[in-house]
Amino acid sequence: MEKVLRTHKINKYFYDPVKFQVLKEIDLSVNKGEFLSLVGKSGCGKSTLMYILSTMDTDYDGDLEIAGQRLTGKNQNELAAFRNEHIGFVFQFHYLLPEFTVLQNVMIPALKLKKYSREEIESRAYEKLKILGVHEQARKQSAKLSGGQQQRVAIARALINDPIIIMGDEPTGNLDSYNTQLVFDIFRELTHVYKQTIIAVTHDGEFASKSDKVVEMSDGMIVNTREKNVALPTS
Amino acid sequence: MKLTFDIAKTHLFSRPKQTLVAMMGVTFGIGMFIAMVSLMTGLNDMTESLAMTSSPDIRIYHDITQDRTSIVEELNPRGINFVHHPKPKNETQKVRNAFKIAEIIRRDPTVRGVSPQLTSQVFYNYGPVQLGGTIAGVDIIEEDRLFGLKAKMKAGRIENLIQDPNGIIMGTGLARKLKAQTGDRVVITTPQGFTTTLKIVGLFQMGIGAIDNIKSYASISTVQHILQKEKAYITDINIKLHDFHLAKELAPQYQKQFRYKAEDWEVANATMLLGVIIRNILTYSVSITLLIVAGFGIYNILNMTIINKMKDIAILKAMGFSGGDVKQIFVIQSLAIGLAGSVLGLVIGFGLSSLIAQAPFNGGDILSIEHLPVNFKLKYYLIGIVFGVTTTALAGYMPSRKASHVDPIEILRG
Repeated sequence: MEKVLRTHKINKYFYDPVKFQVLKEIDLSVNKGEFLSLVGKSGCGKSTLMYILSTMDTDYDGDLEIAGQRLTGKNQNELAAFRNEHIGFVFQFHYLLPEFTVLQNVMIPALKLKKYSREEIESRAYEKLKILGVHEQARKQSAKLSGGQQQRVAIARALINDPIIIMGDEPTGNLDSYNTQLVFDIFRELTHVYKQTIIAVTHDGEFASKSDKVVEMSDGMIVNTREKNVALPTS
Repeated sequence: MKLTFDIAKTHLFSRPKQTLVAMMGVTFGIGMFIAMVSLMTGLNDMTESLAMTSSPDIRIYHDITQDRTSIVEELNPRGINFVHHPKPKNETQKVRNAFKIAEIIRRDPTVRGVSPQLTSQVFYNYGPVQLGGTIAGVDIIEEDRLFGLKAKMKAGRIENLIQDPNGIIMGTGLARKLKAQTGDRVVITTPQGFTTTLKIVGLFQMGIGAIDNIKSYASISTVQHILQKEKAYITDINIKLHDFHLAKELAPQYQKQFRYKAEDWEVANATMLLGVIIRNILTYSVSITLLIVAGFGIYNILNMTIINKMKDIAILKAMGFSGGDVKQIFVIQSLAIGLAGSVLGLVIGFGLSSLIAQAPFNGGDILSIEHLPVNFKLKYYLIGIVFGVTTTALAGYMPSRKASHVDPIEILRG
C-alpha cells in the first residue's frame, strides 16, 4: 500500500499559560485513497495534529513527510506553495470569498498554481462543481448559496488542483443531517472512485464510524486505530 | 501577480463607497496642492521676473555708507573704544575708471551686457509742486541690451535719446503724474539746486510701480551736465549675465577685483525673495498636511478592510498564498486608490488653477497685471502624482504588512 503521509515522533507544546505537551510522540501513516477520521474528546489534540499535518503549523518537534517529501524545516513560502499544489482544505465553515462567484472561488487555487491556462482552469472548475452537483450555481455570488451548497463548493475548491490529500476540520460540523450525509457520500466517492486521500477531524461518531480508518486520540496520544474492513479496490 | 491584482480589484469594486471616500481624500490633497503650487509659483515667477527686469544681476557701486574704522580704533586697537553716532566721510559716489572696469567685465563670456551709468535723486517740477524721483544717465543702447528696453517703450524710440542731448525717456507713471506726454518739456531740479529743462522723447513701462512712477533715463553726458560733474563721473556699473544664477558667485569676485561694492540681485531683492521662500513653505506645509490626513484615511480604511477580511486572508493562506501574496493584494489596493485619487486630483487641480488664472486681479500702481499669475508647469503635476502615490503607498504598507502576518490557524480554528 502506497503511503501518502507519514509522521515520526511528533511532539508539540503549548507554552501559554504554562508549558503543556499537547501532542506526544505521534506516529501516523496514511495510505493512498484512504478515508481517515481523527476523533477524540475536545482538547485531545486532534485539531492541533491536523494543523501540523496541514503544514500550516510549523512549531513542533518530529518529522512530517507527505508524498515522500520531508516538509519539516521548510520555510513558509515553500510550504505555502506545497499546500497550494498538494493539499486541499475543507473547514467547518466554508470560507468562500464573498465578493467572488462560485466558479471564481473554485478557480482561485488553480490560478495561483498556474499549471493550466485560464480557459482550462475554468472548464476544470466547472467539472469539479459538476461532481459535487452545484454546477448550476457556478455564476452566482458565493454568498447567495445555501449552507450545504457552499460547503460543496468549498469541497470543489479543495479538489481543483488534484491534491494528494484533502484535510477537513469538522467538515460537517455546521451542516444538517441531510447535508452531512451528502458530504459524507461525496468523501466516500472521492476516496473510492477517484482514489483521493482524506483526513478529517470530527467529533461526529456516526460520520467517523463510516470512514475507512478511525484514529482515536486522547491526551495528545493515539490510543486506538480501527480499520474498517472495506473492500478497497486493490488493483 | 495577475491573480493578486484581480483579487485586489474585486475587493475595491465590491465596496465602491469606501474606495471612493479613500480616493477623495487623496484627490482633495493633490487638487489643493496643484492649485496652491500653481498660484504660488506663478507669483514667485512673476516676482522673480520683475526683480530681473528692474534690477541688474550685479551692480557695482561705491558704498559710501559702509562702516569704516574710526581713527580712535586705529590708534588704540586693543582698548575699549566707544564712538557715538559716527558719520560717513564726505566722499564722492564716483566709481573710478568705470569705463575701464566695464571693458574688463565685458570680456567675460558669461556676461551679457555691462552698462556704466550715473543715477541721482532729482525733483520733477510740476507747476509749483516738486515730485521726487530719480534720473539715470545711461548708454541707452547698452541699457536696452540689459533690460530689453525697446520692448517696454510705450511712446517714442530709444534712439531719440542719442539724437537729442536734452531728451529724457520717462516712466509712464511719472509722466501721468506730471500730466506730460512725449514732446513736452519738464523742469528738473538736482539736490544741489541746479535746475534744467529737458524734453520727453519717449515713455517706458516696466510694469513695476516702484520704477515707472519715479524713473527717467537720459544720456550719460546729459546727467553729468545737470549734476555738474566731470566726464568720467559714473556711480554704477550694472551687469547682466547669461545665467543670472551665477551672480552670487561672481559678485564677490568683482568686489575683490575692483574694490568697489558688488551687489548681486538676490541681495538687492532680498525682501522679494523672502516672499518666495515663505510662499514655498506655505504651499508645501499645507499640501503635506492635507496628504498626511489623506494618508491616515487610507490607513484606517485599509486597516478596517483587513480586519473584515481576516477569514479571507486565512483561507487564502491555507490555500497556498504566501505572506507576500497577501501583502501584494492590499498594497495594490492602496496604490490603486492613490493613483486614481492622484490623477483625479491633478485634473481638479488643473481646473482650479484655470479658474484662478481667470480671476481678475488689479495690481494697482505697483504691478501692471490684470489676472493672478498662475503656473501650468508639468513639473508640479509630476511632483503631485509622485507625492500622492508615495503617501498612499506608505499609508497602505503598514496594514498590508499586518495582513501578511496573519496566522491562518488562529482564525480557521475559530
